[in-house]
Amino acid sequence: MYKALTLLAAEEGGAVAAGDGGWWADTAGIMLVLPFVAYLLILFFGKKLKYQGGEFAVGALGIGLVWATVLFVMNMTGGVLDHSNTFEIARIGSGIVFELGWMVDGLSIMMYFLVNFVGLVVFIYALGYMEGDIRVNNFFASFSIFAGAMLVLVGAPNLIQMIIGWEGVGLASYLLIGHYWEDLDNVKAGNKAFMTNKVADVGLILGAILVGVAIGNFDFAALSEAAVSQNAELGAVAFVGGLLLFFGAMGKSAQFPLHIWLPDAMAGPTPVSALMHAATMVTAGIYLMARMFPLFQNLAQDARPYMVAIGAITLFAIGLLALVANDIKKVLAYSTVSQLGYMMTAVAAGGYTAGLFHLFTHAFFKALLFLGAGSVIHAVHSNNMSDMGGLRKYMPTTYWTFVVGSLALAGIVPLSGFWSKDEILATLGHEGYTAVMWIAIAGAFVTAFYMTRAVALTFFGEFKGHGEPHESPKLMTRPLIALAIPSALFGLLNIPGVSLPGIGNFTEWLSVRVVAMGDHHAEAINFGLAAAGLGAALLGIALGWMIWGEDKKTQKERDSLEIPVLYPLLRRKYYIDDAALGVVGATMGPIARSVDWINTYVIDGIVNAAGALTKGLGGFVYGILDQRGVDGFVNGLSVVADGAGAGLRKLQTGRVQQYAAFFVAGAIVLAVVFVILI
Amino acid sequence: MEWFDSWGLTLIVFLPLAGALLLGLVPGDKEDILKRGALVVTLATFGLSLVLIGLFEFGGGTYNTYQFEVNQSWIGAINANYHLGVDGISLPLLVLSTFVMVLAVIYSWNHWEEPYNPKAFLMLMLILATGMNGTFVALDLVLFFIFFEIVLLPMYFMIGVWGDRTPRKIPGFANEIETRLYASIKFFLFTLFGSAFMLLGFLALYFKSGEFGERTFDIVQLTELGAMGSFTGTFAFLVFGAMFLGFAVKVPMWPFHTWLPDAHTAAPTVGSVLLAAILLKLGSYAFIRISIPILPEEAASWAPAIAILAVIGIIYGSLACLAQTDMKRLIAFSSVGHMGFVMLGIATMTDIGINAAIIGMVAHGLITGLLFFLAGSMSHRYHTREMARLGGNMKLMPVMGGILAFTAMASLGLPGLAGFWGEFMALVGSYNPLDGLPLGVFRTSMVLGAVGTVLTAGYMLYMLQKVNLGEPKAEWDDHEFHDVDRWEMTAWVPMIVLIVVIGVYPKIIFESTTDTVVSLIDTVFGSDITASISSGS
Repeated sequence: MYKALTLLAAEEGGAVAAGDGGWWADTAGIMLVLPFVAYLLILFFGKKLKYQGGEFAVGALGIGLVWATVLFVMNMTGGVLDHSNTFEIARIGSGIVFELGWMVDGLSIMMYFLVNFVGLVVFIYALGYMEGDIRVNNFFASFSIFAGAMLVLVGAPNLIQMIIGWEGVGLASYLLIGHYWEDLDNVKAGNKAFMTNKVADVGLILGAILVGVAIGNFDFAALSEAAVSQNAELGAVAFVGGLLLFFGAMGKSAQFPLHIWLPDAMAGPTPVSALMHAATMVTAGIYLMARMFPLFQNLAQDARPYMVAIGAITLFAIGLLALVANDIKKVLAYSTVSQLGYMMTAVAAGGYTAGLFHLFTHAFFKALLFLGAGSVIHAVHSNNMSDMGGLRKYMPTTYWTFVVGSLALAGIVPLSGFWSKDEILATLGHEGYTAVMWIAIAGAFVTAFYMTRAVALTFFGEFKGHGEPHESPKLMTRPLIALAIPSALFGLLNIPGVSLPGIGNFTEWLSVRVVAMGDHHAEAINFGLAAAGLGAALLGIALGWMIWGEDKKTQKERDSLEIPVLYPLLRRKYYIDDAALGVVGATMGPIARSVDWINTYVIDGIVNAAGALTKGLGGFVYGILDQRGVDGFVNGLSVVADGAGAGLRKLQTGRVQQYAAFFVAGAIVLAVVFVILI
Repeated sequence: MEWFDSWGLTLIVFLPLAGALLLGLVPGDKEDILKRGALVVTLATFGLSLVLIGLFEFGGGTYNTYQFEVNQSWIGAINANYHLGVDGISLPLLVLSTFVMVLAVIYSWNHWEEPYNPKAFLMLMLILATGMNGTFVALDLVLFFIFFEIVLLPMYFMIGVWGDRTPRKIPGFANEIETRLYASIKFFLFTLFGSAFMLLGFLALYFKSGEFGERTFDIVQLTELGAMGSFTGTFAFLVFGAMFLGFAVKVPMWPFHTWLPDAHTAAPTVGSVLLAAILLKLGSYAFIRISIPILPEEAASWAPAIAILAVIGIIYGSLACLAQTDMKRLIAFSSVGHMGFVMLGIATMTDIGINAAIIGMVAHGLITGLLFFLAGSMSHRYHTREMARLGGNMKLMPVMGGILAFTAMASLGLPGLAGFWGEFMALVGSYNPLDGLPLGVFRTSMVLGAVGTVLTAGYMLYMLQKVNLGEPKAEWDDHEFHDVDRWEMTAWVPMIVLIVVIGVYPKIIFESTTDTVVSLIDTVFGSDITASISSGS
């Protein structure tokens, strides 16, 4: 079936032919398993080692990266790969088959590379960052579970395996957010993340059931084929099923209003925030939308406007929240939510490549920013920007790499974010979402604005914390450099209309099914839109610098943008958290307690009353029964009982005999009635 | 292995009973001999059930054909036979039963509750094993009834003698009574109440079968009669209802569940484990083995009601969990929700739903069994189950805490662990139930069931937060805690491994069940019945 789509792609001008990847693709499953092996090694042997098992985690991703890189390069140079290996784990009679396996196609290869590359860099960084932590061993164990589950998710050939990976990364997220579980606030942050995602997962699971049962198959390949060929059964459930799947994606990818867990998730150690809550895990929702893209392109078009709207709200409204946060990780968290909004908007609007390209570039620069923030936090022992300031003098590497990341995020040419954001704008314009396109341009302004604020408050002015901050060790700064380079350059991989010699471009790498799916991607640079996006970003930087460039001593002075109504609204996060938690908190407790009350007083009340009633009746029936027979039974009971222990004697109060008598009598009477009636 | 064909099942069923009798001859103070004896007996029984798997012919075969069948005349006067047999549906449950029993004996090694007396306790466990194993292989209603009821007595004594002595105020009772007394009597009478009706149903079937030939209690013959549409109308309605009461109490389904939290909370650890792991499965198994095949049409017309009760159980049980302050009681209530999923699967009357129910039973047996082990070991150390007094267990006993976290995750249905498949497939089944069943009811059930998974996650995380996480309370400052000991480890690791293996590779269960279930559905819900349901509704 892939072949068919590939041919279709070729006919429509895609210059690609699919290859099967040979030995490397056949063995790519090793990548998915390695982190779990590492998990067991860490658990059983980790504590004896210098980094308490971090070595195994790094090793697993290091070996995985070999596969990912080989496949990535093969995909670029030797024709786009399209391959999958599966094995059956269950077959239910009426034709439902569950399989596990791995896919090797442009989309999954991109994700393998991303997860292994960024993962490895972050893991190495974590060796330094977590040194001396109370639970390094647990940290790397959970981190390995994450890496494994994420690879299981992106390699999934079907919805079922995706659900397994999906909740697996959710588990890792819960464990790592609550890494410092002595403090119940962190535990509650983990609970909030897990529960919000679990609510969304209802959508994922029901959506999967709807589309999977419709065609009797949960395979992405089969679902794509059915969607492309306008399958009627799938068409009947496409709108509802599509929206349900999207609801699932909203949880993991933190779309408004289910974004509330992500900022709280920053309670986890910073490497976790970098890898999971910025670069990879939170993109799972986007990835799901990309995998199911043919459905939305061919059958569930009606669902698109809603999805685009959610994405647009997310990218703009939640981006604004980054302006009022004092915690540097929260700034980045809101920024992540906002960027996920961009990706979602793009994919929803029909920009498959645009959304995924932004996912790709964002992973590098946002991981970089988080690791930079981690380096700063490591130095000043505080998350609050009010304890920072002037750090560019003390931490030059961190400073420079952070600036590169910020400019890439803000979308300044020629850094990577510029190209990917521009492509999103082009998609929105081309698909007729003009209003949303302007919101996205305004979002670019906001992005540049809050990043300028963060850079100014952190690295400029006077240092306001305690002690003498110093640059982080090489184990931490080298990863920053390793991420700064792709953050700066990887935008060049997909300049519209430019095919790099020998390797083509990002669009082509993902192209196996893209053309058949009707993806729009720009054929040439739209200079007008590029200028608008860039202009908005530059304006944001300029305005930000005007306001925050000048050093302000106190937090009050820094919050100089205290616009009435808006400022409190932002500080309270639009009251969404308050409302959600308020409603849940106010209702669940009383509901649960009233259920328990009903259980104790109503249902059990009836049971106890029935007991009392039968006791009374039993006394009456007892008199007219053959006493010897019953007594024989009862005495037999007590003989056994006497042997069993002295405590039992208390039981022989007569109640049992009477009950037993009643039931035996009742049964006999009813049996007679029954038999006569029939 | 011809002798095994005819003697295998009998051995699996009665070896524990023989063991119990032998233990009876050992003086009570020879504790070591008693424990080793019980271990040898349960291991031998488990070993036999492994041989059974080895010799079992998987795949193929139409429903209502059994392997390792024994059929001897037993009580000639009423044509009751000693008829045993195993098929793809009962095999996993039988093996689960023999397997968990070994672990229970291992765990018992150094966990005895007041008033001690290992001899009596081990004997009761072995008698229980005979009852449970027998229920899963009985093919005669009288035999089934006897095995079904045998389990009552040992469990009644376990709860009543070794149970929790804390006095409790029970609403409607003037004085406080010991938890174990109230719980054991309630357990016994509640179940007996259901069983009385069940027996009525069996008797009615027996007499009715006389209209089509010789009167019989034989499940195989009654299934044949049922598939031919012999039992219909008011008769079928009443019989199904009577059996429903008996099975539903045992499952337990809402609103017949209130014996369960009390029994679980009061029972000694091993009692709770066996209760959760196996006893609860007797009822749901009986629905699959007896109610559906013998009264298919009636089952289909009861299906919506069963689905509704199942879903109420899911939501209600989960909500009740959120209100609990006692850790063990919380786990007990979680069974109401989980068995709700099992019953929802059965109510769909589809191959997917019934497969879901069986894997759900196995998974629940392992997961909730393990949770009760953990709750028992923790209250053994803390001498309290009040979650308000616990907390920071991860710090005091990291290994125990880790296993608790794992099991809680399995219990909330984390995909990749055993609990997921039963829940997920029950939902798949309810999306498309048997033709003719009301889609509205089942699809609503699907959505509510899915919402139930959220609540399940809610109370499991709540429990972890209360018990495992945070700082330990000051009252434990001077206590020495011993983390998991080797007996506990030996008992738990096999469960953990199986929970993972079934989660990743559910085929090891489905390989046994699928064909039998498909054939069951085909046999009993052939096109005629589907058509008659459709026209009827």
